[in-house]
Amino acid sequence: MRRIYLDHSATTPVRPEVAEIMLEYLTEKYGNPSSVYSFGREAREGLEKARGQTASLINARPGEIIFTSGGTESDNMAIIGAANKYADKGKHIITSAVEHHAVLNTCEYLEKKGFKVTVLPVDEHGIVRTDDLRRALTPETILITIMHANNEVGSIQSLEEIGALAREKGVLFHTDAVQSLGKIPVDVKKMNIDLLTGSAHKLYGPKGAGFLYVRKGTKLAPLVFGGGQEKKYRAGTENIPGIVGLGKAMELAGQEMATEMPRLEKLRDRLINGLQERIPHVKLNGHPVLRVPTNVNLSFEFVEGESLLLSLDMKGIAASSGSACTSGSLDPSHVLLAMGLCHEIAHGSVRMTLGHSNTEEDIQHVLDEFPPIVERLRHMSPLYRRQRKECAECIRKK
Amino acid sequence: MYSQKVMDHFTNPRNVGEIENPSGVGEVGNPACGDIMRISLLVEDNIIKDVKFMTFGCGAAIATSSMVTEMVKGKSIEEALEITNKAVAEALDGLPPIKMHCSNLAADALHKAIKDYRVKKASQ
Repeated sequence: MRRIYLDHSATTPVRPEVAEIMLEYLTEKYGNPSSVYSFGREAREGLEKARGQTASLINARPGEIIFTSGGTESDNMAIIGAANKYADKGKHIITSAVEHHAVLNTCEYLEKKGFKVTVLPVDEHGIVRTDDLRRALTPETILITIMHANNEVGSIQSLEEIGALAREKGVLFHTDAVQSLGKIPVDVKKMNIDLLTGSAHKLYGPKGAGFLYVRKGTKLAPLVFGGGQEKKYRAGTENIPGIVGLGKAMELAGQEMATEMPRLEKLRDRLINGLQERIPHVKLNGHPVLRVPTNVNLSFEFVEGESLLLSLDMKGIAASSGSACTSGSLDPSHVLLAMGLCHEIAHGSVRMTLGHSNTEEDIQHVLDEFPPIVERLRHMSPLYRRQRKECAECIRKK
Repeated sequence: MYSQKVMDHFTNPRNVGEIENPSGVGEVGNPACGDIMRISLLVEDNIIKDVKFMTFGCGAAIATSSMVTEMVKGKSIEEALEITNKAVAEALDGLPPIKMHCSNLAADALHKAIKDYRVKKASQ
C-alpha cells in the first residue's frame, strides 16, 4: 500500500546527507571534543562547524549557540534559567495560551515556585495581540516567552513587534522557534530575540539534538552541572553525532528554504482548498495567511478526529488530531480551545503537515481518499443527522 | 493500541442507523467530551427484535456501540439489562485504559433506551 507521511510537525526523517555526516562522527571522528589529541580536535572541529551552521540560519554569532538535547530542554533552560537568574529583579513572566507544553508546563512549575505568570489570550486565528502584551507588562516582568509558529495550527506570531516591545521595556524575550526554523525566515537581530529554541528533528535532523540561542550579554542560571561544557550552560560530553547532524540539517534548510517552501505552500493550499471543495462543513483552523507553508489544520464537523486518523491510517495516510482521544487527556487541544473553537469542532480537527517527501500525487491521493472516509463517519454520527434535520426544518419554515 | 476486534467493529460496524418508530431510544455522552451514542430499540413480547446505533466518537466509541447492538439482539429485556460497559469492553478483547471511562458508554446508552421503552410502555 502507498504510504503518505503528513505529520512532519511531529518529526521528520533524517536526510541522507545528515545521516552520512553523523555516521562519520559515530564511527571515525568519535573523540571527546574536550581532549587535546587529534581525535578530540577533529570532534571539536565538527562541533564548532555545526555551531556556525546553526548560527547562520538565525543571523546569530556562533558563540551564541548552546547545544542541548532538543526543544523541550532548550525551553526549560531558557525559562527556568532566566527566572532563577533574574528573580531578584522581578518575578513576573508573560507567555501565551497557545504555547507548546514544554513552555506552558515549565511556566506552571515556576508559578508553584512563587513566580507570577500571565498567559495571554489569542485571537480566533491563534495570534497574540501585541496590545494585550503591552498591557500585561509590569515593572516586575522579567521574561516574555511567546512562540514563533504554532505547532498545531501553524499561525505565525508577530515576533518583530513583540521583540521591539520587549527591548523597549528592557524585558528578556524568549521564543520557541521549533516549528518555524527552515520554514520562514528567522532573524534574532531584526526581531530583538534574546533566547531562541530550536530542534533538529523537525527539519530532517536527528532526534535528541537541539539548541538554545543566548544573545551575547544575556545571562542564565544553568540547570545542568558538571564538567562545564557549552560555556557551563550545559555540562556533559557533547552529543557530537547529533550536533553535526543538526548543523548539517540547519545548513540544508537555509539553502533550500527559498525553493522548497513555495513548493510546499502550493501543495498546502491545494490540500486545503481541495478538501473544502470536496467535503461540506470543513473549517480551516489557524490564520489563512500568517501560516507556515507546511501546515494544514481542518475541522471536519460532526465527526471525531481519532476516528478520522484511524480511517486515514487504513489508507496509508499518517496525520494527527487535536481531539481529546489522541491527546491522552479528556480535553481537546488547548490551542484550538484558546482560539475559541467549541469542543465539538476541536474534537473533529485533523492536522496534516507537509514535508520534503510530499508530492502533487500525494495530495491528489489524499483528496481522493478523504471524502468517503468523512462520509462514512458522518453517516454514523447523530450530530450530522440532527444538523441535517434542523436544516430541513429551517427550509420548511421558510 | 486497539485489538483486532475493535478494529473490525470500527471498520465494519454492525447495525448502524436509527429504527423508525422505535420502542425506546437512549442517548449518552455530549459533544464536549467527544462522544455521543444513541441507541434505538424495537421490542416485541419483551424481546429486543432490532437495535440500531448512531455514534459520534473515537474508534472505541464506535466499536463498543457496534458490539453492544450485536450482544443484545434477540435478548430479553432482563438479559439486556445485565450487560455492562465492562462486558462490552471484554467482548472486544479489551480497550486501552484511557478509553475505559470516556468512550465505553454503549451499555449505558442501551440501558437508557430500555428505560425509555419502559416509561413509554407504562404510559400506554
